[in-house]
Amino acid sequence: MKKELMLGNEAVARGLYEAGARVVSSYPGTPSTEITEAAASYEEIYCEWAPNEKVAMEVAAGASFGGARSFCGMKHVGLNVAADPLFTMSYIGVNGGMVIGVADDPGMHSSQNEQDSRRYAKAAKVPMLEPADSAECRDFAKLAFSLSEEFDTPVILRLTTRIAHSRSIVPLGEREERPLLPYEKAPQKNVMLPAFAKPKHVRVEERTRALEEWAEAAEINRVERHGSRIGVIAAGACYQYAREALGDAADYLKLGMVHPLPSRLLKEFAASVDRVYVIEELDPVIEEHCRMLGIPVTGKELFPLCGEFSQNLVRRLVAGEEPELLHAPENLPARPPVMCCGCPHRGVFYLLKKLKCYVSGDIGCYTLGASAPLSAMDTCVCMGASVSALHGFNKARGEEAAKRAVAVIGDSTFAHSGMTGLADIAYNRSNSVVVVLDNSITGMTGHQQNPTTGITIRGEATTAIDLEALCRAVGIRRVRVCDPYDLKAMEAALREELAADEPSVIISRRPCALLKFVKHAPPLQVDASRCIGCKSCLGIGCPAISFREKKAVIDQTQCVGCGVCTGLCPKQAILSGEAVE
Amino acid sequence: MSKVTSVMIVGVGGQGTLLASRLLGGAMMEQGYDVKVSEVHGMSQRGGSVVTYVRYGDRVDSPVIDLGGADVILAFEKMEAARYLPYLKKGGKVIVNVQQIDPMPVVTGAQAYPADVLDAVRAAGAEVLALDALGLAAQAGSAKAVNVVLIGAMARRLGVEKEIWLKTVRETVPPKFLEMNLRAFELGYQA
Repeated sequence: MKKELMLGNEAVARGLYEAGARVVSSYPGTPSTEITEAAASYEEIYCEWAPNEKVAMEVAAGASFGGARSFCGMKHVGLNVAADPLFTMSYIGVNGGMVIGVADDPGMHSSQNEQDSRRYAKAAKVPMLEPADSAECRDFAKLAFSLSEEFDTPVILRLTTRIAHSRSIVPLGEREERPLLPYEKAPQKNVMLPAFAKPKHVRVEERTRALEEWAEAAEINRVERHGSRIGVIAAGACYQYAREALGDAADYLKLGMVHPLPSRLLKEFAASVDRVYVIEELDPVIEEHCRMLGIPVTGKELFPLCGEFSQNLVRRLVAGEEPELLHAPENLPARPPVMCCGCPHRGVFYLLKKLKCYVSGDIGCYTLGASAPLSAMDTCVCMGASVSALHGFNKARGEEAAKRAVAVIGDSTFAHSGMTGLADIAYNRSNSVVVVLDNSITGMTGHQQNPTTGITIRGEATTAIDLEALCRAVGIRRVRVCDPYDLKAMEAALREELAADEPSVIISRRPCALLKFVKHAPPLQVDASRCIGCKSCLGIGCPAISFREKKAVIDQTQCVGCGVCTGLCPKQAILSGEAVE
Repeated sequence: MSKVTSVMIVGVGGQGTLLASRLLGGAMMEQGYDVKVSEVHGMSQRGGSVVTYVRYGDRVDSPVIDLGGADVILAFEKMEAARYLPYLKKGGKVIVNVQQIDPMPVVTGAQAYPADVLDAVRAAGAEVLALDALGLAAQAGSAKAVNVVLIGAMARRLGVEKEIWLKTVRETVPPKFLEMNLRAFELGYQA
């Protein structure tokens, strides 16, 4: 059998492929993105990037109505956006199997919060599977489809960062083609009017009881006996940490399904040992269920609610063992992530800092504008919030504040949920300035296409949102496009739009410097004879510019010649390479 | 418990640490081991400090390496070797590219780059193999081959047949860059 070292996310995609999935619609979000990128490499599966997670889930729902096995993928906060269809699809159920992939981010490697998606499975009353390595990612993705069809429900496949972004060995299977199931009009099943929804809710409760019964005997909820007096209940990465830390010194109940939980199995397992630890990152979901059943367990009184776990954490808290450590030198300079050389966002944030603006921020690479030395972001909540929260800020603080307040939002984020906020600005008339940072790509998640780029996930040309026309269509009259490499023009635009007595949009347009088609200018150099060491150029936080022996120095291997720094030098000491020589 | 070897690959976002972890993971799978590789994606790629874990043995449970758990730290930048030192086991090895990349606090002048950072690593008790991987990569034909040079340097010290490494390099890198990468591997292997 062929084996591959696959990312958890790639293995989920492999599972979709082998299960005969036909339609995949997702919005990128770390750590879930590679599921859909990998799914797009199988030509048997139709794949797309949707404008947002709600749309993606509704596309998957529609494909399920149409008789196909369908999937949508998102990160944990994306499930908030898609929560609306989730709760009602739970009532409706499926025609073709429907699986929702959601990736949580304990430790917040790349997220704005640490919410636990298992709460959604419980709240929406849909089953949730949680794999513990890549092979299980493949297996559970396939199992999720059969459960979905057997129990007439969407199924959530929950990953965490360490499962989604770890590679382990996956044996590959063949694709099993699933012919489209027939579509039959069934309003009592599929139209959730109150009269139809009431009996469906009763059915949902019955379904959960049936799923719990299934979970009692399911192979994926497995007991591992080593004759120990202590027992561990865990799922996903936490099972791996516990297994590594405690080895054969504990018995394990390894849960593959985290909702609904198998009550009898939990009771029997707990009764077979002297002490039971529930080891779970984030919320005490399994623990609460055990306590409800009257099972005495050790959980969050010992283990943290915040952050990622590890084998050391389990060793320390369960066995009281601490490793002996080598010590790093003290006070090493930190190495925070920075905007790349030539990043088109850099100049905009430099100007917003210079103009002392209140900056209503958003989610993307440009959230790095909050970091030193730019430090030019006041708030960042969730996808799209920059635009609507600016409107609220301006309504609260009035015209004077609005003259110094802007929202910044990327092209993909604007298409995701910024445009509705802009409609609110126009409709309810706040004098707000929105800067759309259009770098022609979804950057932070690693270059995914979106509805503004004119290219599909498979690289085919398609319709692009006309951002200028869209802004005008919602009622913004002042719409202008500016090149963020041209600091003078951008500054003039910002000053004019902030002064204007009506709402406006500035589209800061320049493709991401890392895009393959972008041509770079030769690197710039500092003429040391002119440099007075004033450090003005360091204010833009470009990783190519450093300060050595009282002069600015430009790293020739990093500089892409964007020229944003040249205008900051009072002595015009930053020049093209030839000019210096 | 069966023996698991843990290699931590550390560097700066954009240096190619992911490819290095794939080469190492691929070679160890080829050798017949169970393998887990844990990667960092997203926010931390943007010039920040990045970490990848590679673990192999008869059975690997956790995909991550914890404090005091690494047999080898393969560092793409010298200050990063120092930063992750607490992850090294007592008696562990550090294989380090002597390149210096200034982080933002150094660029802005808020802090100085530590002058004797590798001496501090040695003084803490680590066995250090320092090499100019950037220079060797340039010699091989591309500054981007730092990752393959470093994999070469580590390969000779991990007790896996050279042919398995070469096979993995051939299967992992794009054909266009194969010759250059094989030269880079060899230069690292001989270092």
